[in-house]
Amino acid sequence: MSKILEKIDAEQRKPADQIPDFKIGDTVDVHVRIREGDKERIQVYSGVVISRKGHGARENFTVRRISYGEGVERVFPIHSPNLAKIELNRRGKIRRAKLYYLRELAGKKSRIKESRD
Amino acid sequence: MNALIGRKLGMTQVFDQTGAQVPVTVIQAGPCVVVQRKTLEKDGYEAVQIGYEEQKETRLTRPVAGHFRKGGITPRRVLREVRLEEGGSDTKVGDVFSAEIFEGAGFVDVIATTKGRGFQGVVRRHGMIGGRASHGSGNHRKPGSIGMREHPGRIFKNKRMPGHMGSTQVTTQNLELVQVRKDDNLLLVRGSVPGPKGGIILVRKSIKKASRAS
Repeated sequence: MSKILEKIDAEQRKPADQIPDFKIGDTVDVHVRIREGDKERIQVYSGVVISRKGHGARENFTVRRISYGEGVERVFPIHSPNLAKIELNRRGKIRRAKLYYLRELAGKKSRIKESRD
Repeated sequence: MNALIGRKLGMTQVFDQTGAQVPVTVIQAGPCVVVQRKTLEKDGYEAVQIGYEEQKETRLTRPVAGHFRKGGITPRRVLREVRLEEGGSDTKVGDVFSAEIFEGAGFVDVIATTKGRGFQGVVRRHGMIGGRASHGSGNHRKPGSIGMREHPGRIFKNKRMPGHMGSTQVTTQNLELVQVRKDDNLLLVRGSVPGPKGGIILVRKSIKKASRAS
């Protein structure tokens, strides 16, 4: 990538201290800014990170949760200004790079062990 | 001035005020210097010839070197001619323009040469759908019938057939200007622009969509 593109990309990224070092398998709370008319409020969406991909300002991650018995997945750009905060709640111990297999599982089988380190 | 020569640097993305991701092409536009001023009296129409990027004099042919010497301009790599905008009649040889002329322009057109694709079939070149893939058809990416019978007894001109694709001049109109960075002479334009990274392009203020300011 050219130096100029690199610079523009860097401007779009958030400072590193605003993004916790979360990995795939972790459980996170994502604080999303929602605009309704001219009012702004924050909604918290929590679930398991099942994928994290892309690089630079384009990096994004997928959070899966079970909402009223239905699986819901949302993809967020990590550096989006609409994300007020990402909170890391629990580290997961996993053996896959992407946890897409969770889509086929429910209940006890879809649990992820907590990592102890 | 309403147009500049530049280079396409590549694509990336930026976040807009609402937090949406906007795909942008980064263009290095200018600085361009006026090399020649064509006038109604002398040339029959009003235009300016602009030059972009310095060039070693040893790389020029002698006629071209003389063309630069006449205007007292150091040699340039690329020359393009653009029509004079209204009220620009005081533009003279030696004037330098940079990306700030696009501030408030709103939309731009980009003229460039597309990437060469070589000899391509009818499916890729013209978007034909070809024949059936399976059940023994054998007619996979063929164009099908190209004409009728003894009457008219010939193939019509401009019948879409295989051939060379790309390396043609293309104008992409009405591209939204997302950002103008006059410090680095950069333009960020929403969407894609013809040609390879590093390719020479001509950027001009949109002729169909006027600026929001004026």
